[in-house]
Amino acid sequence: MNFLDQLTTYDYTDVLARIEAKSATDVERALAAERRRPEDLMALLSPAAEAYLEPMAQQAHRLTLQRFGRNILLYAPIYLSNECTNGCRYCGFNAGNRVPRRTLTLEEIEAEAQVLHRHGFRHVLLVTGEAPRALDNDLLAAAVRRLRPLFSSISIEVYPMEEDGYRQMVAAGVDGLTLYQETYDRRLYAEMHPFGKKRDFDWRLLAPERGGAAGLRRIGIGALLGLGSFRAEAFFVGLHALHLSRHFWRSHLSVSFPRIRPAEGGFAPLHPVSDPRFVQLICALRLLLPDAGLVLSTRESAHLRNHLIPLGITQMSAGSCTAPGGYTGGDDETRQFAIDDDRTPAQVSELIRSLGYEAVWKDWDRAFLDKTG
Amino acid sequence: MDELIIAGRKFRSRLLVGTGKFASNAAMLAAMEASGCDIVTVALRRVDIDNPGDDLLAHIDRQRYLLLPNTSGARDAEEAVRLARLARAAGCEPWVKLEVTPDPYYLLPDPVETFKAAQILVKEGFTVLPYINADPVLAKRLQEIGTATVMPLGAPIGTNRGLKTREQIAIIIEQAIVPVIVDAGLGAPSHAAEAMEMGADAVLVNTALAVAGDPARMAAAFRKGVEAGREAYLAGLGEERRQAEASSPLTGFLRD
Repeated sequence: MNFLDQLTTYDYTDVLARIEAKSATDVERALAAERRRPEDLMALLSPAAEAYLEPMAQQAHRLTLQRFGRNILLYAPIYLSNECTNGCRYCGFNAGNRVPRRTLTLEEIEAEAQVLHRHGFRHVLLVTGEAPRALDNDLLAAAVRRLRPLFSSISIEVYPMEEDGYRQMVAAGVDGLTLYQETYDRRLYAEMHPFGKKRDFDWRLLAPERGGAAGLRRIGIGALLGLGSFRAEAFFVGLHALHLSRHFWRSHLSVSFPRIRPAEGGFAPLHPVSDPRFVQLICALRLLLPDAGLVLSTRESAHLRNHLIPLGITQMSAGSCTAPGGYTGGDDETRQFAIDDDRTPAQVSELIRSLGYEAVWKDWDRAFLDKTG
Repeated sequence: MDELIIAGRKFRSRLLVGTGKFASNAAMLAAMEASGCDIVTVALRRVDIDNPGDDLLAHIDRQRYLLLPNTSGARDAEEAVRLARLARAAGCEPWVKLEVTPDPYYLLPDPVETFKAAQILVKEGFTVLPYINADPVLAKRLQEIGTATVMPLGAPIGTNRGLKTREQIAIIIEQAIVPVIVDAGLGAPSHAAEAMEMGADAVLVNTALAVAGDPARMAAAFRKGVEAGREAYLAGLGEERRQAEASSPLTGFLRD
């Protein structure tokens, strides 16, 4: 059974209604449970759970400490291209936006990578739009091979691939895949993606499974917060995470919570997520998934990021630039979205230490995947 | 309707019963009847599988019960595979409870030989229900190659000691993509209820019934234990309370 089969057994509106109907008793039961089920996640995401934010945070903190210790892994994205054939309404790379388009050459990619390497980063995330003519699997693999000597872990956040494409990535040296479904509501998904290959909901939904089958060691999923109701979206993210961790149990799973940021095209969130609800969502997912990596990007403010560290976050980006070529000579016009936390990697790592945590730059080794060694 | 589904086949009862150790066939049949079970397992070494008139086999109504042959006594993969093939050749359905127990004292299952045998039998089209120690990684490896269930033990077979492997079984249940049937070691209906409350899909009991003063009555008691545990699981158990925490050191910043 793949996740599409499972998702089909749920009705989005019905799920939302069930979450909203959860009572304080349901929340208390979910909080007290030793192992939590999807029903418990519903309770923790419900309006009734809003009164339990502090006990949820306490437990999320304890669970994270127990499983991950006082460690925050730092990574940075490298944007390889902002060319895109999709029409995602919320994204600055939207093919309809009249912005300068750029795809980095291998030399430029390496120059960006050198900057990050000098900052201390050993985990990077390569990001692109979806424009096979500008950047295809072969070019991406070539970029990965080029960067391999600089980094211990290379992940990709790109267009969904066939299983063979992911195999090619693994062979080139990619160990992680990040792919957000954006929304688990089919109807809304169709509305948000009016044209381009990304219109295919199912193709995207099953991509993490194809990546897992191809042997990617880290799989990251998430929903774009601000599109559908956060309660239902977080529930489906949790369900998706459970499915992946059961079926691709050799891969480590992580979850991100990207909140919509101002971007070229001026998209306003349909369902804005407030800070307290954002905290609720993070804690609820930690309580469901004690072992998952929880990722926080520079989309969020420095103030919020400082306070979210003890609540279950295990990975953060720092000093990010979301425009191709941004580290070597930034151009705001080509960025995907505006970041909020603009502290340097050094400042972020210092802050992490001041909170009593260790900033971790390397938590993986190329030798794991090197079959020739 | 809450049904147990194994390899696409539906069963009403979540209690499986073994047929060994009973004082008489009559006592065994009474226990089967009272247990409400749909699946009974028979050790191939105990029966003459080719002979429909076999003393034990002749008593089991195959219209009513799924006869699940087991390979108990097999010491390695080769022996287990041979037994399973014999059962199929004799007209049994291609279902097998795979047991490979080289250690004659505790009868603990051999993970390496069990895995090897499962690989072969799955390829040959058998529906394989492997008896294993409560090892979550072995459970995952087995379900990955296509076994229909995993059957972790609660305690060494025949010991009636209950869920001694509780922590490991909880992990298996949490991660399973096939039904988890707790097999071996369950000595009391409360043990069966405990396994079902944890979310096990079914349990298998033999010794506890066979050696009870009144096997049929004990079978009825186990039936209730299994049903009660399942209902409690579905209803959502209220767990023990932990201490409440009143102050807000972690979320106070939201009100800054």
